[in-house]
Amino acid sequence: MNNEELKNSITQILPSATFDESGEFMSVFISSEELLPFMKELRNRDELFFDYLFCETCVDWKDHLMMVYFLNSKTHKHNIVVKAKITDTINPKIESVYDIWKTAELNEDEIFDLFGVTFLNHPNLRRLFMPEDWPGFPLRKNYVDDNMIEL
Amino acid sequence: MKLLGEDIVTETGEFIINMGPQHPSTHGVLHLKIWLDGETIKKIEPHLGYIHRSIEKMSEKMSYRQFIYLTSRMDYLSAHMNNQACALVVEKALQVEVPERAKAIRILLAELSRIGSHLLWFASVGLDLGGVTPFFYAFREREAINSLMEENCGARLTQNFHVPGGILEDVNPDFQKRVKEVIKQLKDNFHEYDEILTGNVIFQNRLKGVGYLSKEDAISLGCSGPTARASGVVCDIRKSNPYDGYEKLEFDEVVLTGGDSWARYQVRMAEMLQSIKIIEQMIDNMPEGDIVAKTKNVIKLPKGEFYQRVETARGELGVYIVSEGAATPYRCKYRSPNFANLSAIPIAAKGGKIGDLIAIMATVDLIIPDIDR
Amino acid sequence: MKILLAYSLSGFASYLHRLLSGFIPDAFWLMVTEMVITGVCLLVFLILLAFFLGYMERKVAAFMEIRFGPNRVGPKGTLQIVADTVKLLFKEGLTPDLSDKFLFNLAPGIIVISAMLAVAPIAFAKGFQIWDINIGVLYISSVSSIAVIGILMAGWSSSNKYSIIGAMRAGAQIVSYELSVGLSLISIVVLSGSLSLNDIVESQANGWWILKGHIPVLISFVIFVVASTAEINRAPFDLVEADQELTGGFNTEYGGMKFAMFLMSEYINLFVVSAVAATLFLGGWMPFHIGNFTAFNHIMDYIPSSIWFFGKTLFIIFIIMQFRWTFPRLRIDQLLNLEWKYLLPISMINVLLVTLMAIMGWHF
Repeated sequence: MNNEELKNSITQILPSATFDESGEFMSVFISSEELLPFMKELRNRDELFFDYLFCETCVDWKDHLMMVYFLNSKTHKHNIVVKAKITDTINPKIESVYDIWKTAELNEDEIFDLFGVTFLNHPNLRRLFMPEDWPGFPLRKNYVDDNMIEL
Repeated sequence: MKLLGEDIVTETGEFIINMGPQHPSTHGVLHLKIWLDGETIKKIEPHLGYIHRSIEKMSEKMSYRQFIYLTSRMDYLSAHMNNQACALVVEKALQVEVPERAKAIRILLAELSRIGSHLLWFASVGLDLGGVTPFFYAFREREAINSLMEENCGARLTQNFHVPGGILEDVNPDFQKRVKEVIKQLKDNFHEYDEILTGNVIFQNRLKGVGYLSKEDAISLGCSGPTARASGVVCDIRKSNPYDGYEKLEFDEVVLTGGDSWARYQVRMAEMLQSIKIIEQMIDNMPEGDIVAKTKNVIKLPKGEFYQRVETARGELGVYIVSEGAATPYRCKYRSPNFANLSAIPIAAKGGKIGDLIAIMATVDLIIPDIDR
Repeated sequence: MKILLAYSLSGFASYLHRLLSGFIPDAFWLMVTEMVITGVCLLVFLILLAFFLGYMERKVAAFMEIRFGPNRVGPKGTLQIVADTVKLLFKEGLTPDLSDKFLFNLAPGIIVISAMLAVAPIAFAKGFQIWDINIGVLYISSVSSIAVIGILMAGWSSSNKYSIIGAMRAGAQIVSYELSVGLSLISIVVLSGSLSLNDIVESQANGWWILKGHIPVLISFVIFVVASTAEINRAPFDLVEADQELTGGFNTEYGGMKFAMFLMSEYINLFVVSAVAATLFLGGWMPFHIGNFTAFNHIMDYIPSSIWFFGKTLFIIFIIMQFRWTFPRLRIDQLLNLEWKYLLPISMINVLLVTLMAIMGWHF
């Protein structure tokens, strides 16, 4: 499916989604509340069938956090980037996509550890790299540490 | 029954052992917490972070010329391919055309390091399953490859040979002759590997039917590289999203449908032969010319997001860069193959024995610094 | 001929006996003195043997792994093992805090003693044997099975989960493989009609059992070598230690001299197993004889019996060492399958065949 067809299908699922085609992959912007039902449709609809979540990460834009999901379909060979905006930076929360893609388990642990995003309904949310009592979330832009050296 | 002052079995009758962070077959500081019933594995939980160096955070403070070399320390056996991914993402953002000679040298060295990486994997598979001898046979050839790398790049393991727009230096004048020597040695000795390990009945019994990973699971778990290809997933980035001129080369993507450790073993063995095939195609017609395209001294990427996928020896490496137009990345994310492949281990090893877990870890071939980054 | 006899060591033993009886007239004290001398000699011999086998193993490994092996300390690296022993001697004899200290320190002793006891009835040369006990085969197989108690003790008292898994594996493995070892020994006992090692060697004066006994004896020889490799926990059956799985298994917590004792017991066991195989199947010190070919047999007799014995033993040791550096390790269920589903039924049927052969006199 090319980008236009993808756009049509996605607009059918979620009319409020906005698109950005400047990058290599087409980006779909949604809000964090709409994530789980939208992702389920992407995974389960036969003409979309995004079965491969090849990258899941988060970007800290200071005033909001942006969850980024890179999706690929092994059968249809098309790619898409889903971006879910989390406006609450103090206590960010989003639904886990573990039920849809199992790779999300460790990836979401990592994002929880480094960005502090809490994933609802995650099977085993824990700090993956940092010690349990580590203060702050290192990949946030406002993270400070006495031992950090500016190059 | 008490041990170290604690009950050694849980209330449900399970026996918990911590495999790692210091354990001979976790190949580094991987820590797996294992729930056992007798010798049968009930559940595995990976605990990470023993070698976490915040490469992503460090990349945010480094220029686009510097951050390439941090990635050598992720998957140190595919250091060359990791560097290549970073160089490619900068080139893609700047829309620089890399000279043909640089591309050829990149591919040649990448395939050589792929063979070298698989040789080390072959050595460690034998070692993990209790056969020490194959280790030395594989290292004989790996040594030749490492020497070749040292002659041309100046380093044996972390070559750091890429710059945005090409490669750092031209290769030695006798490069072609030396590569041919190495390839000849490899082809002459390859049958010894089959004789000492592949054909061994005990070895086959240890791998066949062990650690089954279905195609659906492999896709859902985000597996890539030989681990996924052994489960029937077509996922070679060199074929699906070719870079640096892989589209012009003739080679097969090795896909098996077995899904067990034995299939993973066979995929890697066959991939070494495919890499040899690629090198043989390229070595006699290396283009002449420049080795690096001109770029500004201080590279500033345009505002936007860039993603580059590269097939390393262990699977798909993705470099995701968010640029704000400055001289350093705003956000840099490495999608490392081993991080995703790690999640295959708890599923593949469930219900097996401790010995099976070793076989699975050996054939999935994890590099721990790449998981922790 | 006299000089050659001296090589077979029996002349030396009787000379020593005559010499000592000159000094000590009382028969009881003479025996005690001789026992002490024998004990000291045996200890020195076994330690030297462990050194030699350690060196040999490293050289065999190096030979198979296309490398040189030890070649720096001493001529051709021969003193490497001495250097290693000195290093182990100076290491701290650490006992973990939460371990059962008495059992922890006792275990290496039990393992080494059980290994050394089994050396007693072995005939090293013609007429040169420490103890010609009339139930030698039974004695060896019973004494060597004490080792499993030592391993269980070491694993349990270490207070380490890997050690416990290793010890449990040892229990399952050694007890099962003893059955096959015993049955393959019985086939030779049936043929020779005696449990005494000396009688068994004498019964091979006209040819070794492995040559006289047709295929059934060959089968029991192979089963004996395989099963006894498993019984002494050597690769490919070293699941008890299994470095890559259990980080050393039952001896994870041991270091220094206590660990060296485990190593020593491994080499003594290797020697005992090979010596028993050489004695029962390859004729022990008996030279290579063919039936009634008197001239040929006479020439063979010129080679001293001690050389025959050690030559055969070292040959079998060499084979068992090659196993270690060739094969990967089995998994625990495969190991037990091999014993209970293959080796045990085969050796049971084999014993029947051998018995039939012995009754009908079908062997040479």
